[in-house]
Amino acid sequence: MFVARSIAADHKDLIHDVSYDFHGRRMATCSSDQSVKVWDKSESGDWHCTASWKTHSGSVWRVTWAHPEFGQVLASCSFDRTAAVWEEIVGESNDKQRGQSHWIKRTTLVDSRTSVTDVKFAPKHMGLMLTTCSADGVVRVYEAPDVMNLSQWSLQHEISCKLSCSCISWNPSSSRAHPPMIAVGSDDSNVMYGGKVQIYEYNDNTRKYAKAETLMTVTDAVHDIAFSPNLGRSFHVLAIATKDVRIFKLVPLRKESSSTGPTKFEVQIVAQFDNHNSQVWRVSWNITSTLLASSGDDGCVRLWKANYMDNWKCTGILKGDGSPVNGSSGQPGAMNTMVGSTVQTSQNALNGSAAGRAKHTSSLN
Amino acid sequence: MEEVDVEPTTTPIPGFDSNQKHLGFVWGPGDILVYETIYKASGGSAGGCPFVHEVRKDEDIYSPILRKLFNESHHIFVGLQRIREDLPSKNKKPQFVSISKNYRSVIRACMEELQQVAGIPSLSTLKGVISMMSHLSLWCEQNFNIFCTLFVVCDPLAGSLVLHLLDWVRLHKADVDEKAREVLASESPAEHQAYWDVVISYVLQGRMDEARQVLVKQAALQPAARVMFKLLDNLLMKMPIFNPGETQTLTEFDVKWRHWREEVDHCLQDQSFASNRHLEDICKILVGDEDVLLEYKELLSTWYHFLVTRLLFSHPTVKPTELHYYAQSSMHMFLDTRSVPEPLDSILLAAFEFDIHQVIKDCSIALNNWWFVGHLTDLLDHCKLLQSHNLHFGSNLREFLLLEYASGLFTHHSLWQLAVDYFDHCPEFGRVYLELQIERVPLDTERKALKVIRICEQRQMTEQVRSICKIMAKKALRNNRLGSALSWSIRAKDAAFATLISERFLQDYCAKGTFSDLDLIDNLGPAMLLSDRLTFLGKYREFHRLYGEKRFSDAAKLLLSLMTAKIAPHSFWMTLLTDALPLLEQKEVIFSADQTHELMFCLEELTSGKSVPTPDRPMQVLGYTPPYPLSNVCFPFNLLILFYNML
Repeated sequence: MFVARSIAADHKDLIHDVSYDFHGRRMATCSSDQSVKVWDKSESGDWHCTASWKTHSGSVWRVTWAHPEFGQVLASCSFDRTAAVWEEIVGESNDKQRGQSHWIKRTTLVDSRTSVTDVKFAPKHMGLMLTTCSADGVVRVYEAPDVMNLSQWSLQHEISCKLSCSCISWNPSSSRAHPPMIAVGSDDSNVMYGGKVQIYEYNDNTRKYAKAETLMTVTDAVHDIAFSPNLGRSFHVLAIATKDVRIFKLVPLRKESSSTGPTKFEVQIVAQFDNHNSQVWRVSWNITSTLLASSGDDGCVRLWKANYMDNWKCTGILKGDGSPVNGSSGQPGAMNTMVGSTVQTSQNALNGSAAGRAKHTSSLN
Repeated sequence: MEEVDVEPTTTPIPGFDSNQKHLGFVWGPGDILVYETIYKASGGSAGGCPFVHEVRKDEDIYSPILRKLFNESHHIFVGLQRIREDLPSKNKKPQFVSISKNYRSVIRACMEELQQVAGIPSLSTLKGVISMMSHLSLWCEQNFNIFCTLFVVCDPLAGSLVLHLLDWVRLHKADVDEKAREVLASESPAEHQAYWDVVISYVLQGRMDEARQVLVKQAALQPAARVMFKLLDNLLMKMPIFNPGETQTLTEFDVKWRHWREEVDHCLQDQSFASNRHLEDICKILVGDEDVLLEYKELLSTWYHFLVTRLLFSHPTVKPTELHYYAQSSMHMFLDTRSVPEPLDSILLAAFEFDIHQVIKDCSIALNNWWFVGHLTDLLDHCKLLQSHNLHFGSNLREFLLLEYASGLFTHHSLWQLAVDYFDHCPEFGRVYLELQIERVPLDTERKALKVIRICEQRQMTEQVRSICKIMAKKALRNNRLGSALSWSIRAKDAAFATLISERFLQDYCAKGTFSDLDLIDNLGPAMLLSDRLTFLGKYREFHRLYGEKRFSDAAKLLLSLMTAKIAPHSFWMTLLTDALPLLEQKEVIFSADQTHELMFCLEELTSGKSVPTPDRPMQVLGYTPPYPLSNVCFPFNLLILFYNML
């Protein structure tokens, strides 16, 4: 792997989250400088900042895009105990020429009494639904009943998890074979309080979320959690960032026809990696769920892959090269520019050379 | 055999100290973005954050060159899938061999391009990566065929294994011909520095005719030793080579070969070549003297060349089942005790053991890409050589590898279309993989969106079609392109959205007095029925058209029906009644008495706020009643109605 491009992010403080939109053509960054920036990718692959605005009165922890079926919509959550929904407004023509766009706040969700640690949109087949979790141990599910009016959101569910929550993940599967499912991770450090991962399932009869499973073997603080894309499997795969990287398989057990409670699962641990040496802070699946990436206290990002026999291995490591941290913002380091431009020139050279080559031996032996 | 273990590579991220910060990341379509951050529950300030780095796979560097490889191998792949299952195997085998050769020549072309690119000065920083890819593709090119040969072609009893291996080795050592040309072109070939290297190389490769041709030059220089040279020439000429096409049996060949070998041995015992070290070495090689062979390690250059040469001169009729014994021992003899076999060597060993699964498994790990192992496995699967390994999600090995390969193609802005065919030929999970990934193709232009939709429609992926149409409709609406938004909503069969857009059209009409996108609205056809509002829009426009064509009674009838059949929303009735005025003002009578009656009902309904007019309600003449906003309509209306009644 190599660094193809370095984008000067220009935030005045630490970036806490970066989120790609559904098609990978836009991204949003959020920071302790209380702002969110939106970047657009041009055809040549360069990123341009098309919006930058103050979103909260505290550090912004996470930012996430809604599905493009709902338009250009972002949600952010913050230390300031709120989450907010933003929509892009198509601006004046001179704005467009300057390559700028405007985002306006559609709603502020103020129900939490503590820092809001994660915000995620539910899978699109559930409508336009937003979920937050907070240090106060509550997961809140909001819905915009009229998708054309993003100022109206109603709090549909409040799930009390009893432990301080740090992360949530929706099962992305839209299969009718199972009801909507959400996993919640807690970063409560008291190991006496059993399982730090809880799985909730929606019940059509009671119209409420009920707890289906607690992963009792996860006793240390959980910092991130991610369901893998489903790909037609009958079971679910969940990655967890805790004191190590863990991958669980949740196999739904056959329900009795009379049973109206949540699904029972057989929980199996598929893999466990402690290469990060201490805490693991983020885990995330790539789009096809063939690769898992994790970030940990060793300052590295590690990539994990299963071979066809379902044995997991580390297949790549991204690590700082140890050069001094560049304190000033907005000033591209010489090395970065060189790497970026070398690759760019190379790409051009390759494109040129590939295109220019007329002869090509294709004789069959 | 244990699984080949390859250490994960570490990619350095510039300007970042792993001891002080954490590395945040997010997955993108073909890359991963990383940035420095600090993960802490309470967070806090730690100074500005300079960069977000875009990290990509090495393959992306040379993907413009690989594009040709991907395109052409896609073509071969699709052709292979179409070979009919029911053909007898003896007809299929030559086709498979030919396909294997096609793949090989496609790799060769790619490799040549890579080698050319590696020489470009501006790419010197990437030379390492390109050279590695070159090396791998060379390996792929040389070995794709031997795997197919070993697994597909080799008939255990035919005795032609050594010949196939010789062909393979000659491919690896193609440089000897160039050297030979150089030597022969020189002024005095026999005195050329590389002369004996060339001769011996030819002998080691079993190319006796070429060896003899070059030896002749030396013989000419030493007329005194003519007898000796003639002797060797004779031995070389008479060396039996097994020809599977001939009627000679293996046993007959074996006898002949032993006989010849004895003759060579005899010459050695007789010291016939003692005066010329080179000739004596050649003679020793001919009897398979391993010590002498190892002296020429440099010319052999690889342990598998050593293996093949050894077999040629000691065990020319080796059976496939015996091959791995010799392979192991050859490797150990050739490599120093210090050097460890590379992963690629282990793959070859597995191949010589005919352990197909091991070969595939190790290739997946050692080679940096899925191309080789995906296509090879697919071909072997078609030859029915793979027992399907049941994976945890029920798919087989072939499908697993093809899905990996095709998923990699999908992130490419133009190659994703090739990936579709690969997914199509993965019966278990191809469809669900395709559904997941095709949604992510960026819909930059309408044309591209239509292309994606067509692919989805061909496969009855209705949800994906709907979703893409909805996204396009939403985008169009945001940019105020109502016509485009409407046609996408219709295609998405999204009634709610169609209603919304129709409302916008109507609002625009009220504001400006004209319709936009007339072509679209005029030609809605049955799509009009998607939503009530859309139906009204279509019919209302039709009313205007009829009016424009002066077909007043048709227009009048339509206008009336829009209200009485409840197609028109109440909010629009005002406008409709206003539209009726010009018709009422026409010299000829357009509205019949009944129709006029109905018009009055509608007006009354609107003004009185009652929802359902009863048919037998007596007609009333409404007087002027301020401050109804309808007053300006009512008054002339009423006069006109009175007037009508008097007719």
